[in-house]
Amino acid sequence: MALDQSFVGRTYPPTDPYEVGREKIREFAEAVGDANPAYTDPEAAKALGHSDVIAPPTFVFSITFKAAGQVVQDPQLGLDYSRVVHGDQKFVYVRPVRAGDRLTVTSTIEAIKSMAGNDILDVRGEVHDEAGEHVVTAWTKLVARAAEGS
Amino acid sequence: MTAKIAYDDIEIGTELPAQTFPVTRAMLVQYAGASGDFNPIHWNEKFAKEVGLPDVIAHGMFTMAEAIRVVTDWAGDPGAVVEYGVRFTKPVVVPNDDQGATVEVSAKVAAKLDDNRVRVDLVATSAGQKVLGMSRAVVRLP
Repeated sequence: MALDQSFVGRTYPPTDPYEVGREKIREFAEAVGDANPAYTDPEAAKALGHSDVIAPPTFVFSITFKAAGQVVQDPQLGLDYSRVVHGDQKFVYVRPVRAGDRLTVTSTIEAIKSMAGNDILDVRGEVHDEAGEHVVTAWTKLVARAAEGS
Repeated sequence: MTAKIAYDDIEIGTELPAQTFPVTRAMLVQYAGASGDFNPIHWNEKFAKEVGLPDVIAHGMFTMAEAIRVVTDWAGDPGAVVEYGVRFTKPVVVPNDDQGATVEVSAKVAAKLDDNRVRVDLVATSAGQKVLGMSRAVVRLP
């Protein structure tokens, strides 16, 4: 079923702050097998000019995707989440995410398209720190595959 | 550790050291826990097959995280990455055996931009199929 085009441009309220912890960054870096010391050793991060350990580039997705859940689970939008696959993902960084950040995400529906029975949803997540400074923007394209027989 | 690469030393076409990354079921379980993405298609073979997949598949974001290591290992400072985007073109299928799957990632400098930035284009394949398309990173170098 085609999604309601009137949702394009809709912005959802900012999420509660997510506090980025050193050990969460370490856990993520270990899970992707990345031994770069900038993720685990504050001194190594400082030597690169960062005030604390930084997060791997894709770390922030965990936060923005949870925020995008507001959108995909919006009953009024009517997306069939059980059929959703991840199409595209892009990040543009003002600075790397680092330990101690308290990040909020503001999600906006940028586009809704229907192609060959698939619903395609583009969601932009703007990530800001506690001071209100922009940290990163994440664009997520979700594709809800057409149901069989439709 | 300081950034190893300087903008002035880079030419268009410069190849970054390619890397091969293993992907096993255990890694996917670990990534599910670390990322909070517990979609059963990434760990439950029965469920994956019920929804029409050939087997358990890797999280696209796991593959995306592996691929950028070719760039961050090259640049030295992961904070040098100012843009990174991919298209998930094919799933990485991860069988429940001793081998799992592998993802091979190569990359080269495609453009030199202003402000000491370079665009790097990445190619990621698994089992001979391109798993990431339109895969690009922009890196700011010293």
